[in-house]
Amino acid sequence: MMLPWLLGILVAGGLLAWAAGRIAPAWARWVAVAALGADLVLVAVIWIRHYQGLTLLGAPAWLLEWQVPWIPRFGITFHLAVDGLSLVLVALTAFLGLLSVIASWTEVKARVGFFHFNLLWVLAGIIGVFLAMDLFLFYFFWELMLVPMYFLIGLWGHEKRIAAAFKFFLFTQAGGLAMLLSILALHFVHGRATGVYTFEYAALIGAPLGAAAPWIMLGFLLAFLVKTPGVPLHTWLPDAHAQAPTAGSVILAGLLLKTGAYGLIRFVLPLSPEAVRAFAPFGMAIGVAGILYGAKLAFAQTDLKRMVAYTSVSHMGFVLLGIFALDGMALQGVVLQIVCHGISTGALFIVAGAVQERLKTRDLGLMGGFWNDAPRLGGATLLFALASLGLPGLGNFVAEFLILFGTFRVAPVFAVVASLGLIASTIYALSLFQRIFHGTKPGALRLQDIGAREVAVFAALALAIVWLGLYPQPVLNTSRTAVAGIGDAYRHSSPTPGQAKGAPVSRDDPGPHVRGEAR
Amino acid sequence: MSAADLLALAPLWIAAGAAIILLLLISVRRHFGLSAGFSILAAAAGLASVFVVGRLAPRTVTALFTVDGFALFFIGVFFAAALIIFLVASSYLPPSAERREEFFLAAFAALLGSSVLAASAHFVSFVLGLEILSVALYVLIAFPLERRESIEAGTKYLVLASASAAFLLFGGALIYGETGALDFATWAARTQELPLSKPLFILGVSLIIVGLGFKLAVVPFHIWTPDVYQGAPAPSAALVATISKGGMLAFLLRFFWTIGLPRFPSLVLVFSLIAGASMIAGNLLALRQNRVKRILAYSSISHLGYILVAFLAGGAAGLEAAAFYLVAYIITMTAAFGSVAMLSSADADADLLEDFRGAFWSRPGPAAVMTLAMLSLAGIPLTAGFLGKFYVASAGVGASLWALVVILVATSVIGLYYYLRVLTAMYARPREGTAEARPQGPRRGARASGAIALVLLVLLLLWLGVLPTGLIDAIRTTAAALAGAVLPPGSGGGLP
Repeated sequence: MMLPWLLGILVAGGLLAWAAGRIAPAWARWVAVAALGADLVLVAVIWIRHYQGLTLLGAPAWLLEWQVPWIPRFGITFHLAVDGLSLVLVALTAFLGLLSVIASWTEVKARVGFFHFNLLWVLAGIIGVFLAMDLFLFYFFWELMLVPMYFLIGLWGHEKRIAAAFKFFLFTQAGGLAMLLSILALHFVHGRATGVYTFEYAALIGAPLGAAAPWIMLGFLLAFLVKTPGVPLHTWLPDAHAQAPTAGSVILAGLLLKTGAYGLIRFVLPLSPEAVRAFAPFGMAIGVAGILYGAKLAFAQTDLKRMVAYTSVSHMGFVLLGIFALDGMALQGVVLQIVCHGISTGALFIVAGAVQERLKTRDLGLMGGFWNDAPRLGGATLLFALASLGLPGLGNFVAEFLILFGTFRVAPVFAVVASLGLIASTIYALSLFQRIFHGTKPGALRLQDIGAREVAVFAALALAIVWLGLYPQPVLNTSRTAVAGIGDAYRHSSPTPGQAKGAPVSRDDPGPHVRGEAR
Repeated sequence: MSAADLLALAPLWIAAGAAIILLLLISVRRHFGLSAGFSILAAAAGLASVFVVGRLAPRTVTALFTVDGFALFFIGVFFAAALIIFLVASSYLPPSAERREEFFLAAFAALLGSSVLAASAHFVSFVLGLEILSVALYVLIAFPLERRESIEAGTKYLVLASASAAFLLFGGALIYGETGALDFATWAARTQELPLSKPLFILGVSLIIVGLGFKLAVVPFHIWTPDVYQGAPAPSAALVATISKGGMLAFLLRFFWTIGLPRFPSLVLVFSLIAGASMIAGNLLALRQNRVKRILAYSSISHLGYILVAFLAGGAAGLEAAAFYLVAYIITMTAAFGSVAMLSSADADADLLEDFRGAFWSRPGPAAVMTLAMLSLAGIPLTAGFLGKFYVASAGVGASLWALVVILVATSVIGLYYYLRVLTAMYARPREGTAEARPQGPRRGARASGAIALVLLVLLLLWLGVLPTGLIDAIRTTAAALAGAVLPPGSGGGLP
């Protein structure tokens, strides 16, 4: 019964925040904090209670499950379940959600109740996506999170918010509908073969698809590549991220993009090994293109938020590369990259939001030399810029290292080209920091430093990223069983170069390597 | 005709009787509250009667009517829609308007026409129902005589509806010449014996399709729609969009189920082209509109295209999907026009997107309903439209109508754009300098009944979007009623 609570608290909290906002804006904020805090506690309880079970190999597939019939006509059930992978992502959602409410405490002044309603409902949709084990339910949540996000961008965004909100909605909806067709095709292919018409994940994913497999995979790919985003389907992202209010940007970059990556791992990889293997080189190419192209464009931006947005494209390129490397270690790295990117980029968007709130501009050309004005903000920016460029000791390094290491064993060329991205990221991350805080001030603008509230937000994020950099093992342990199960299909059915050379490394269990390297 | 036969037609009696009583009531004492109250009660009685009559179904009443679960389901939906539209109209119709009591009179006639269509088993009852419906609609569209655009719309509708009725009658005559009968069961039986390519029969059915297509406003018979929607007062437009199209669709489903559409590949092709063209043209043409009622008009064209996809999917699954989508569509369209009505002032309807600017901040209630209606039309979760679209797509995929389903999906994305435009207008900050908020709505004292209607609609929209099982079960019984009556068991269903 804990899983529906995760959703129910946010849904009810959203309605309550809306109502409370009519009394006083502060009430809406406190309701949102309370709801997200409750969710975070709940996730922590689940995590701690099941941590032992997670680290055992051969643990049961789902730690917790909750299922009630919903629309029997189509064999649809309201089926929620959590495994290590979902658990990590749900924890990230509650954590970043809570911080984004606190970070935008003073930024949002108009219609505060409705803002927090939308915020909590987006998060409910995202958690629903991570928990849904019925494909109809998954699609339901997938679509459900669009509308509140549209409102967040369209109502509280910056100067070009309407166009950005439209673009975001249209792109993701187009991908989503393609996925709907695939889900339906899957439903009927499975139904005709077995006589059982259902949307149950366990029944549909992995069912023999025959000649339809590439087409069904294509629908899922479209939806997930738009979200992740994969070049060239990324064009909605810079606009949406740049125009959204701070909390919106944090949720977009930190969580919404992750639903795409999650979908690829959860639905596409196990769908049909043959079709996926045929697509994998293209998937890796998309990932590498994203890494380099995103980095180049990030460097060229003059708008602070657009710059951070393009770094997202680059980092999510690593995620795509790691997923389509079809390698157990790379997949572990992907999970870690999802978490670390959520934290580091979320933090950079909070920096951007803080700068924008104070200076009323995001134009990097008007910035510079603010270190003396705002050393605390500068310190935070430096830390997360370093995390973003992959400094050892911070989480992103471990993640990108695992991805590159895993990819190298399968596709060395892609890994070599992708590692150029590490150089590029050094250039843009340092340039980001320099353009705000170094040099001389171009104008009379003054950047007021951050107060205790924002320091607390950055401290929480900094603790998380350092912890992930020094001791990522708990996250890896948590997701290992889930990811290993998905990676299995690719380990057994065809020998990869690593195995062909007679190196039976336990590739899906990078525990010892990671411990050694990260410490 | 036995007593049970008479009782089986109770909903029709109630619609006809209510119209006559209203006529007398108005001539004795013209009192708006009285007429409106009576109409609402009569519509509720009609709705209740459907459940009573349900125990008698299925029953063939003379050669003209088949009162079965299928007919009663649609009749019930029409009465429910009329009930809600009456509630809205009681708020909407301004005291200054002349002859506003006659709105209810004509609406009952339209209700009678649509109900007859849903139950008709014979070409004669079909034509009668159609004409009762059309004549009522001329009045409903044009009754605010002080508005030029209403008269224009009414006249356009009159001319085009008469022309299409002529096509339809000619088509019926051709089929009569071919089969020597006017009841659909005989038509079905004769076509089994005739060589399938019998040109006169195909020609006759094609001419009937012209008449049907006009009422359903599918491409290429859609030209009148935007003008009529724009000119008609909001409650009348709601009746055109829901009851009139619903009656026609119920007839379409029954008629082609009876004669067996899949046996005529040329007709299947015609309907496929109509469906595809409606989805594409409806959505593309809506993109450039600046008037909400015209957007709704084009949107309704595309939604009829979606329903035709379910219709073409055929089998029990297609029938179910079409019926479910129609119910979702009727609720949504009523909600959309209901909120337009509640945002309209006494002298003119809210229509330009600019009229809706900032509505969410000045009139949050109707604007929130409009938001839900737009999301439902766009097929976003939690709303009836989402499950409707899912149902239709599922039927289409189940029948492997890939081309149509891909068009459906692609045009849905296009459609999203103009629904978002309406939302964007409503949520925009109000223009600076305007002393009072633009959308004013009816007088404060008269808003209560409209507000009740909108609350009901929201509950229905969300109920169908979240817990559709009740309606699905009802529809499955309905579809089974039709499928079982005409085809041997097992030949209809493509689904479990």
